[in-house]
Amino acid sequence: MNLAVRDIRYHRGRFIQTCIGLGLLIAVVMSMGGIYRGLVADATVALRATGADLWVVQRNTDGPFAASSRIPEDVKYRIAAVPGIEKASCLSYQNLQIDRFGKPLRFFLVGYEPGGLGGPPVIVTGRDLRQKHYEVVTDKSMGFSPGETIHLGEHDYTVVGITEKMASVTGDPYAYVTLADAQDIQFKDSNDAIRNNRARISARMSAVRTLSPAQEKMLTPMISDIAGSTHIVNTVVARIAPGAILEEVQDRIRRWNHYRPISTPEQEEILTKGMIQKSKMQLGLFRIILLVISGVIISLIIYTMTMDKIRVIATLKLIGAKNRVIVGLILQQSLLIGLIAYGIGYAIILATQEKFPRRVELVPIDLQGLFVIVLAICALASLVGIRKALKVEPAQALGG
Amino acid sequence: MFAVEVEHLTKIYGRGHTLVTALSDASFSVSPGDLVAIIGPSGSGKTTLLTTIGLVNEPTRGKVVIDGTTVAEDGWIPGLDMKRIRREKLGFIFQAHNLIPFLTAMENVMVSLTLNGVGNREAKSRARELLGNLGLEDRLDTYPSALSGGEAQRVAIARALINRPKVVLADEPTAALDTENGKNVMALLKKLALENHSAILVVTHDRRMVEDFDRIFEVHDGKDVRERDNAH
Repeated sequence: MNLAVRDIRYHRGRFIQTCIGLGLLIAVVMSMGGIYRGLVADATVALRATGADLWVVQRNTDGPFAASSRIPEDVKYRIAAVPGIEKASCLSYQNLQIDRFGKPLRFFLVGYEPGGLGGPPVIVTGRDLRQKHYEVVTDKSMGFSPGETIHLGEHDYTVVGITEKMASVTGDPYAYVTLADAQDIQFKDSNDAIRNNRARISARMSAVRTLSPAQEKMLTPMISDIAGSTHIVNTVVARIAPGAILEEVQDRIRRWNHYRPISTPEQEEILTKGMIQKSKMQLGLFRIILLVISGVIISLIIYTMTMDKIRVIATLKLIGAKNRVIVGLILQQSLLIGLIAYGIGYAIILATQEKFPRRVELVPIDLQGLFVIVLAICALASLVGIRKALKVEPAQALGG
Repeated sequence: MFAVEVEHLTKIYGRGHTLVTALSDASFSVSPGDLVAIIGPSGSGKTTLLTTIGLVNEPTRGKVVIDGTTVAEDGWIPGLDMKRIRREKLGFIFQAHNLIPFLTAMENVMVSLTLNGVGNREAKSRARELLGNLGLEDRLDTYPSALSGGEAQRVAIARALINRPKVVLADEPTAALDTENGKNVMALLKKLALENHSAILVVTHDRRMVEDFDRIFEVHDGKDVRERDNAH
């Protein structure tokens, strides 16, 4: 006859309430672990989805994700000519925010060359970009459907396809346009700025006495065009040819001025150790605090349950119950609370996982680890109650 | 062989200058089947006597023998498993019945057996039979909170006797009952004492019940335990 189960059966209302409360707490702990894993997954999934082995960025930067990087577009041709490079493509990245149904919608816009590296890895609805301009592929989480239009920069873009599970390290979903469109959106000056630039250049040219008015008239628009060039990208990604050695290719590019070749594993490290580290520590600290709170709550519950049973424990001792029966009664209840609360927490997180604004990635090893930790906390938390119970004198059952 | 033998039993509480003698030089013996009342005013040492025989209160001096086993001689005998002796040789009945609230009537009786290593099936069968004999066959699955005072005390008696202990110690078992239920409980104890050949020691204030006992020990001011004639 299991006394712990009998007690729980009798006080099931209180027990279920306790388990639900604790289950919610455990669900929060699980979600925090899941959010961290989601951060890592978002960062690495986007990197891997490009299919690149190498990221060439501006020298002395950790770009293009962790730091700003701007390099000329035509460097792609130099990189493509390096022995060992199979394919090189330009990519542009920028964070944008638009208004959708009166609410701000943030996303991460990728400019890529259709047919090149770095485009949407999968299209779940619609199609990939086919035209040079004004088409966009969005992530499913943005809520667009093919045929809808989005106003970006100076133009309207038609949603032609939907991709999924593509989010930046900050949790913003991805959207894809052609590189030329992305460059326009990111680098093209507004009409006012263009007019101001032209006036400034014209004034400077007038100051050059050696130029004739005809030369000035001819050169001004040329200089304006160069000054307003959008042929800039954030990175050039490259795939290494089969048999080529990545390090050798990196060494060759590293010798050039102004560029830094970063391998994909290095890029992952920059993201996970740099950008995600603080989030990891923050979430880890929250998890520890919540687990400590859970421990304190379980301790208090078990202690209260033990105090409620002092006379029962004294009676059991008087009729000859061994200490292990008493310890078992308290320990089993504590472990059962942890076990059921864990189950409730898991059910809650499974039911709400998709509703979180950020990806919540539940990893079996994390869940198993948490399960062991919860049971260990329950066992530890029961010690206070067990200590109290073992001090109860059988004589306390008498009298009254 | 006596069920209980007590020789020069003394219990002193406290240390240093604050010593209180709760029991002094008590000697008596009780045979199997005896129904014994322990009476005396409040604070006279009745409960001390009961708890000392019940192996929960270590005597300061004197000897206690339970069913031929010397359990105390100027203190507990070292190495004895008191819990095992309590489980196997002693049964307890309390004033407030002390049934375990989260166990049904049958489970409350079964618990005495399962603590002694009896399997669940056998424990269930024996508990059902004994409770049936006590007229509680339709209250087996009832929780103590739903039992009347008399029913709860009968369940408590069944729990104390299910192991057929050599000695049953009862602490004011009729105090919380009306006269009729009190009489019924005493009659039951008497019947079971004879059937089980158990010695039953009952601490009581209840003078209404005194005539039902075979023997009466009167505790005087904690200093003296004397047997009083009990003319039926």
